[in-house]
Amino acid sequence: MMRGALRVGLSVVVLLGLTGCAGDFRYNWQWSILTCTSENIDAGCIGPYFYWILQGLWWTIAVASAAWVIAFSLGSVIGILRTLDKPILVVVPFVKSPIYFRTRWIGTSKGIITVDVGWFLHGFANIYVTVFRNVPLLVQLFLWYFVFPELVPHDAGMWLKRDLPFPEVSTAIFCLGLYTASRVAEQVRAGINSISRGQQYAAMAIGLTPVQVYRYVLLPVSFRIIIPPLTSDFLGVFKNSSLALTIGVLELTAMTRQIEEYSYAGFEAFTAATVLYIGVTAIVMGAMRIVEARVRIPGMISLQAK
Amino acid sequence: MFNKFTIATVVAALFAVMTATTASAQEGSFVLKRIMERGVINMGHREASVPFAYIKDGKPQGYSIDLCNKFIEKIKATLKMPSLKVKHVAVTSQTRLALIANGTIDMECGSTTNNLTRQKQVDYLPVTFITGTKLASKKGSGITEIEDMNGKVIALSQGTTNEKAVKRIMKAQGIKIKIVNVKDHPQAWLALTSGRVDAYATDDVLLYGLISKSKNPDQWQVTGRFLSYDPYGLMVPRNDSTYRRIGTILLADLMRSGEMLEIYNKWFNPGPTNINMPISDTLSTAFVIQALPH
Amino acid sequence: MESGGFDFHIVFHSIPFLAKGMGLTLLLTVLGIAGGLVFGTVLALARLAPFKVLSFAAGTYVNFFRSMPLILVIFWFYFLVPLVLGQEIGAFQSVLIAFIMFEAAYYCEIMRAGIQSVRVGQAYAGEALGLTYPQNMRYVVLPQAFRNMIPILVSQAIVLFQDTALVYVVGLSDFLYSADIIANSENRLMEMYITVAIVYFALCSWGQFQVRNLQKKFAHE
Repeated sequence: MMRGALRVGLSVVVLLGLTGCAGDFRYNWQWSILTCTSENIDAGCIGPYFYWILQGLWWTIAVASAAWVIAFSLGSVIGILRTLDKPILVVVPFVKSPIYFRTRWIGTSKGIITVDVGWFLHGFANIYVTVFRNVPLLVQLFLWYFVFPELVPHDAGMWLKRDLPFPEVSTAIFCLGLYTASRVAEQVRAGINSISRGQQYAAMAIGLTPVQVYRYVLLPVSFRIIIPPLTSDFLGVFKNSSLALTIGVLELTAMTRQIEEYSYAGFEAFTAATVLYIGVTAIVMGAMRIVEARVRIPGMISLQAK
Repeated sequence: MFNKFTIATVVAALFAVMTATTASAQEGSFVLKRIMERGVINMGHREASVPFAYIKDGKPQGYSIDLCNKFIEKIKATLKMPSLKVKHVAVTSQTRLALIANGTIDMECGSTTNNLTRQKQVDYLPVTFITGTKLASKKGSGITEIEDMNGKVIALSQGTTNEKAVKRIMKAQGIKIKIVNVKDHPQAWLALTSGRVDAYATDDVLLYGLISKSKNPDQWQVTGRFLSYDPYGLMVPRNDSTYRRIGTILLADLMRSGEMLEIYNKWFNPGPTNINMPISDTLSTAFVIQALPH
Repeated sequence: MESGGFDFHIVFHSIPFLAKGMGLTLLLTVLGIAGGLVFGTVLALARLAPFKVLSFAAGTYVNFFRSMPLILVIFWFYFLVPLVLGQEIGAFQSVLIAFIMFEAAYYCEIMRAGIQSVRVGQAYAGEALGLTYPQNMRYVVLPQAFRNMIPILVSQAIVLFQDTALVYVVGLSDFLYSADIIANSENRLMEMYITVAIVYFALCSWGQFQVRNLQKKFAHE
């Protein structure tokens, strides 16, 4: 029943949409503006709109890819740090303590001071994820672009404002990378935690060091498990890069708006952008599917959903 | 003699004549027809275009809003429907065109430049304000004309007519200026005051508005010749000359009677935000030219 | 920076206005979650249903919405919904419909994973008892799926809460846009944005804390 109703409902929505567009929509469609390659007032081209869209697409891909590199590397490190559950003790060199004391993260034994670096790293990773996940990206972009240069020493601030190459693009890449890293970190952590403890114990039992346990047992399996959610985050970077227009990056969405302001033919440009975004997504999904198939461990039951 | 049937016929005839007069007022006008059906006039307005259309005490007001309110009164009078409701719809520079095109709003009251490209999609009422691109910079920065900007940094709002003008001049004269794109006027002002850019180029009236609201108004200056010509007009749906004519008549009457100048002075000389812009020669000439006789 | 530095007075003066914006943000979030959850569940059932056409249609819908930036979705809906309905409706309604349709695609995927996390044996047992497909879903599979999914559903709710900030593109006065209006009219962008960041951070962290509690609770049971 419900399924039938849904299908009928969907068809009705589509039909209404078509008639609606044909009916009261007083819009002068000018699809030809999408092919403008040079300024030609007679043809309605105030600018080379075609190249603008290509340029916008290029910036979208550039910003998203660069941000993904940051997100993936930083996110992996932070995710791994969040799974640390044993202290990593580091001896402070050349300093001896005359008294014996012990706290959670620092202690002395035989006068040697040891610091639990793991505790600090774990804490740092937790704070990082909490902060970057809980502020809207839109606000973060603004804070990095306008507020951050005012908080650092004056000279550094001026450098950020005046001499940083492509200031808005660099800021967008940096900000989007840091934001997405917090999401990647959560996936990595979930992936590592989803592996049964037995594997870890088995690895330790055959004499692997903690680093080797991660390198040869935990990470190879967990990264394979989390390919589907990571794909989703990777697509998220492309979609979120559209927010960079708020600090002036001329990526795809910004370019379509610019075309609208110039030509007042916004719907054509929006349609083009929508199609391009769907195309990019399809390519990324396809690529990730190939990666997933390539790295599959023979004989291992796929843990992901169908 | 007068049986029920005759009375009914007379009443029906009278009713037909009455509806015919109303119908003639909105004949061929899809906007007026729409307004009558809805019983509502939808007024699209900007929210932060000081002093053209901005929100104060929760209500839109400003120069363009005053003109739109007069326009609405005129529509009510034309349709003989004094009880028409008015609905305010906030628009932005990104939504204004689409909302006119999809029939949500019946007029846009803000600070929109009337140009020939845009007339492919919308129509405009007569020109009610004239401005152009100028530069705002810090006093003592040595910047007066766009040529002084060689090797410096300028902020431009994405996709504005100002951006178009500055880029054209840069290309024509071979001036090298680094461009920083900004989303809107407040961000541009922040970029200027925080030292990210040396100047901001936009419509001079908006620059005066930004300066009057800034923390240290006497630190900033508006300089240079006009780099572009930007006549503002109220935007209305395209291809409805009956509807547009109501506005044309209204503005011609206002300009002829001098009431237009009073409304101008109310908002600009000195105006509630202390913008202090006496009417320019160009604009007062425009008022004279557009005051068409009946 | 202009001399004078930060001045947070304006923030205190505008608390009533900001609270109104926050009310709209919360309303949009709650209605968006409710609508998205219902529609998302329907989509998930359609995707897992044993009818090719239905699962294909649902799959297309989900992939389509998941490949579009939210900012474009909001834009399209803002302009197209009045046309589809044949009458103009408020910005809030258009945006709400956009959020429900968009979030449903994400909730569908969460629900699907949740339904698949229920052991197959449970469904077989239900069938063996003679339950019909809808009964089996209603009494056996969905209750368990929902329980498994609660933490992720709440996380997605936090994401939605943050995403509502995007309605600024159509000029709807949510929390961020209200702050933006004040920031612009008083020329205090820095102070307002810092305040906005702190408020979002506090609310979302509180939500995240609840998620962790839920996770612990279900882990213990």
